[in-house]
Amino acid sequence: MGKTTTVKSLAPILIVLVLASIYGFWYQNTRGKVRSAKSTKNGLNEAILGEPLGSRGTLVQFSSAFCTPCRATRVLIENVVKDLADIKHIEIDAETHLDLVRALDIRSTPTTLFLNSVGVEVGRAIGAPKREQITSAIDSLR
Amino acid sequence: MSSTTSQQQSTKAISIDARGPRFSAGITVVLLSTALITHSAWVLLAQAIVFAIGSFRGPQFTPYALIFRTFVRPRLKGEVPTEDVRPPQFAQTVGLLFALVGLAGAVAHLPLVFTIAVSFALAAAFLNAAFNFCLGCEIYLLLLRLK
Repeated sequence: MGKTTTVKSLAPILIVLVLASIYGFWYQNTRGKVRSAKSTKNGLNEAILGEPLGSRGTLVQFSSAFCTPCRATRVLIENVVKDLADIKHIEIDAETHLDLVRALDIRSTPTTLFLNSVGVEVGRAIGAPKREQITSAIDSLR
Repeated sequence: MSSTTSQQQSTKAISIDARGPRFSAGITVVLLSTALITHSAWVLLAQAIVFAIGSFRGPQFTPYALIFRTFVRPRLKGEVPTEDVRPPQFAQTVGLLFALVGLAGAVAHLPLVFTIAVSFALAAAFLNAAFNFCLGCEIYLLLLRLK
């Protein structure tokens, strides 16, 4: 009986660690990747975002208070776009823009949308993107 | 540049050593694993007290943070990475809620409630320690969207 009890109580921790590891590897692999958006919705504009779009493209970053990588993402994007006159970075506080968050189906922070010149979403990065991921997504904007 | 940026700067969020919460998550994994394997409500109670300190006072005030500052940080080299204290504090609050549910399960003689609650808390702590998982990033917005 003692043996059965041990096995019974070891099962939960094994299940938790295996499932969490699978999720963890998926999490690390997907965070920051820029996925091309299939959105055919109307584009975003200054009236919605509160700031004018960049002439070639705009990076719209959704951030929240309980988000460790949001600050690093903002600093990195600002650093990348500071020499690009035709690309703009707009940071939006998700908590105070819940209607927009729902409309765009933003689920976690940071989420960065890559908008083309007319404000249509052409790419989306969930989690903190790396510098190369940002620059190559910007290169494909027009 | 953007309005959000200036708002965030004006709140002057407290910054802490970013390695502290991750180290604390490692000790939390050990405690919660022990609680889960032995079905010990006392071990869970100890962890719940740590979560409560981290939640109400801040993650930099827990006994785990003290261990980090005293024994671990002096041995670490390189630049100190800092982070906003609010995301780990949020995670401590979520951990506290799961710990309280687990304790309620133990008191009410509902072992399944204990097991499930501790399992979720353990999963979050393990993901934080092993994968630098940001719990607040993933669940806070979803909770707000439920409103």
